[in-house]
Amino acid sequence: MCCRVCKSAVQWSLTSWTSLPLGRPFPPRIFPTLGWSHRTAKNSDPASKRRYMLPKHLRRLEAESIEIMRDVVAEFERPVMLYSIGKDSSVMLHIAIKAFYPAKLPFPLLHVDTTWKFREMISFRDATAKRLGLDLIVHINKEGIARGINPIDSGSALHTQVMKTDALKQALDLHGFDAAFGGARRDEEKSRAKERILSFRSAGHVWDPRNQRPELWSLFNTRIRQGETMRVFAMSNWTELDVWEYIMLEKIPVVPLYFAKQRPTVRRNGAMIMVDDKRLPLNCGETPEMRMIRFRTLGCYPLSGAIESDAMAIEDIVAEMQTATLSERQGRLIDVDEAASMEKKKREGYF
Amino acid sequence: MFVKPATEAVPARTKDQLRFITCGSVDDGKSTLIGRLLHDSKMIYHDQLTVLERDSIKHGSAGNDIDFALLVDGLEAEREQGITIDVAYRFFTTPRRSFMVADTPGHEQYTRNMATGASHAQLAIILIDARKGVMVQTRRHSFICSLLGIRHVVLAVNKIDLVAYNKECFDRIARGYLAFAAGLGFTSIVPIPISARYGDNVVDRSAHATWYDGPCLLEHLESIDIPSGTAGQAFRFPVQWVNRPNPDFRGYAGTVASGRISAGDEIVVAASGRTTRIKRIVTHDGDLVGAEAGDAVTITLEDEIDIGRGDILSRPDDRPKVADRFAAYVIWMDKEPLAPGRNYVLRIGSQTITGSITAIRHRIDVNTCEHLAAAMLSLNEIAFCDVATAMPAVFDPYDLNRKTGSFIFIDRYTNRTVGAGMIAFPLRRDNKNARQALSVDRRERAALKNQKPCVIWFTGLSGAGKTTIANLVDQKLCGMSRHTMLLDGDNLRHGLNADLGFSEADRVENIRRVGEVAKLMADSGLIVICSFISPSRDERDRVRGLVGKEEFIEVFVDTPIEECARRDPKGLYSKVKSGQIKNFTGMDSCYEAPTAPEIHLRTMEQTPEHSAEAVVDVLMARSILDG
Repeated sequence: MCCRVCKSAVQWSLTSWTSLPLGRPFPPRIFPTLGWSHRTAKNSDPASKRRYMLPKHLRRLEAESIEIMRDVVAEFERPVMLYSIGKDSSVMLHIAIKAFYPAKLPFPLLHVDTTWKFREMISFRDATAKRLGLDLIVHINKEGIARGINPIDSGSALHTQVMKTDALKQALDLHGFDAAFGGARRDEEKSRAKERILSFRSAGHVWDPRNQRPELWSLFNTRIRQGETMRVFAMSNWTELDVWEYIMLEKIPVVPLYFAKQRPTVRRNGAMIMVDDKRLPLNCGETPEMRMIRFRTLGCYPLSGAIESDAMAIEDIVAEMQTATLSERQGRLIDVDEAASMEKKKREGYF
Repeated sequence: MFVKPATEAVPARTKDQLRFITCGSVDDGKSTLIGRLLHDSKMIYHDQLTVLERDSIKHGSAGNDIDFALLVDGLEAEREQGITIDVAYRFFTTPRRSFMVADTPGHEQYTRNMATGASHAQLAIILIDARKGVMVQTRRHSFICSLLGIRHVVLAVNKIDLVAYNKECFDRIARGYLAFAAGLGFTSIVPIPISARYGDNVVDRSAHATWYDGPCLLEHLESIDIPSGTAGQAFRFPVQWVNRPNPDFRGYAGTVASGRISAGDEIVVAASGRTTRIKRIVTHDGDLVGAEAGDAVTITLEDEIDIGRGDILSRPDDRPKVADRFAAYVIWMDKEPLAPGRNYVLRIGSQTITGSITAIRHRIDVNTCEHLAAAMLSLNEIAFCDVATAMPAVFDPYDLNRKTGSFIFIDRYTNRTVGAGMIAFPLRRDNKNARQALSVDRRERAALKNQKPCVIWFTGLSGAGKTTIANLVDQKLCGMSRHTMLLDGDNLRHGLNADLGFSEADRVENIRRVGEVAKLMADSGLIVICSFISPSRDERDRVRGLVGKEEFIEVFVDTPIEECARRDPKGLYSKVKSGQIKNFTGMDSCYEAPTAPEIHLRTMEQTPEHSAEAVVDVLMARSILDG
């Protein structure tokens, strides 16, 4: 039965069916499941076992990301990897090392530092760069610093615009990077769900969501003109759960802030903010309270909301994820201004 | 504190991913279905639901209910207009499978978006409104899915609640669809009566359609067995990138497109016909004994043979097609229509080749599947075409291999992706005489002459001074007892290329022939000096690819057009001005200056003698003249 079906699939090939009259009698069969297992069942390579430590869906995602990265390195003059220190960056970096092994990473890493990141993030960043021998560029928008832009007095919108978006554009221009890898995923947010893997930016880093290049199969259009750039989202098809499962199975180091611990916190606009240093002004009568918290996403500490959690190991985080009722972006104070605020920021050049 | 055992969090090793597409028009409830799947499989978080409730009041069309469509229509314009414009990708997971859904618009004017979504999918959910039955759009969606190689279909008969869960109605629609879809090559078609709005048979069984005993939608998606890879097919390994961290390691990085291979197996480079054996299959996690479809690996070979990005490795007894003419289905995706004869950049696997459509055999009406005559192809139109490429492409028919049988068209000027193609078959059956590797190789021939062969390619406007400088270089090399050959545009056009004119296609062919001749001469050990206007960057790059990066030296003879017109050594510029010559480079035909030539000669700043010396200096620095 099964083999007959397989054969008929081949017979009804591209060349034959278009010339067929519609409605030609064909036994109307329903095949709810096909037993093709005889084709794929046997895999007796004993030495390939390591590879099979990962579940199939993660292997597929990993291979897909590797393919994208290799394509970009082969086609662009000056690629760079944006390194935000978070879990997605950690996974992206891990995959990049796999993609180009045994060669060293054929591109530098770029961290856009707003100067308001958690202290533990910065020490993790520097330790990682040292451990892996990475070429790490840290860029700070000096103009923004000179103007005294900060997340507390300037507000999250202006701070993000100047210290993240503008800073990123400055750094890309300064070094003449023509392709920038980012760890953003389509499951994060609605407008990201529509983003291409190779996302074209016209000169000035502008994204035009209504005029994106169609992206079929894994055939990427890498052609750009002088001054134009490409953002490359090699992990577009990963989900938050995939990322954590992968971190767990591949034993990838991540910033300790993802794990629950007693930390000093205050409540602000319904979010729990960690008092990471003395720059966070306390309201009259407000004293930081120690709470068992962790973070699902990391950014500038005054803008990152923590969650109360007991998850102290990766296994706990994955288990917690499977029963989570809130999205990971809930903690991000910069997204909630308006429904399409991410789309707006992205048009302007935000990652 | 209670810590759960680690095993609970580890996903089963057999957990895989299914990528599917949903097809349906605005009113069929496509976005509602996806919203329902996400919601009922608990993939929508509370905060997203809060935003959704707020947006439902603002834009929604579901009365007081939550409008799930707003969850997937992510762009501002889409929410305002209440339609899906672009492809959106959504994700959800169950313990058995993780799912990626391409949500695409169903209108005819978005055929390209649907094709894009379908190119990533293994299965299609085709929605039908139970009140309306099989419609024109159902045929269109099914046709496109079939064309893009989807072999598994779920026929979701939606809004079954609005026909009072009527069994006859469902059966009639299913029968009608099966009869229609018989010729589309689907291997499984599963009709399911559902109500996306109320959730019947989506995740949970319907309490109303008790007569239905088949699987619920999610249950079916979780259990359908779709051969995930193409591991059982012929081995194909498109080389993406050459990994050369040090002189001792030369690996070819890529993802196995189909089949499997083991260390020690014999392979052939499809385009050159060179054979060797697999030495190692390298990964960061250690060497593998074997690799199969979907594995991203780095392969090293027993012999050092010339392989670069775009090459495809296969087994000698089961090779892909190598041809510069093939028939293909083409979907046009750009506002500017496809014009036969016009050159585009084609991306076929990791190969980038200039090519054009030589003939449109017929256009296909997506609604009726009728064949129509067509002189050109507009946005969203599909046709069966003959394609010609400037150099042979390596491929398989699309219905045998989606990875090596697909390609895209890129406009050379706007760089937009303007079309997509699926190869049906080669038009020149040159497979029988697959290329034979010659036994005396070029290195040996060059060694006899005591030199390293190369191609020195002078490009620049007419009258820029190319031939003058090329002649001087030739003389200098002769004086140094080097074996050279000078190829000149004017000379070749009197003989080998006498049949060619100055149309774009002829100019492409002109350079192609010159490139082939130059390569043959370089293979015989000569230093080949070429002097051609060669206005197109693509053509020059193609010769570079043909000859090999290390042996191609592009010399840009940079003279402003005003100066060329003033010199006018052949009186051509004055003929252009009087209208006797058309398509003249620099005047009414564009010259694409090299962006990174190996040598850049500014003739306004130095004499031809100095320029020629500069070229010889570079040859010396590259140790081409070392005996």
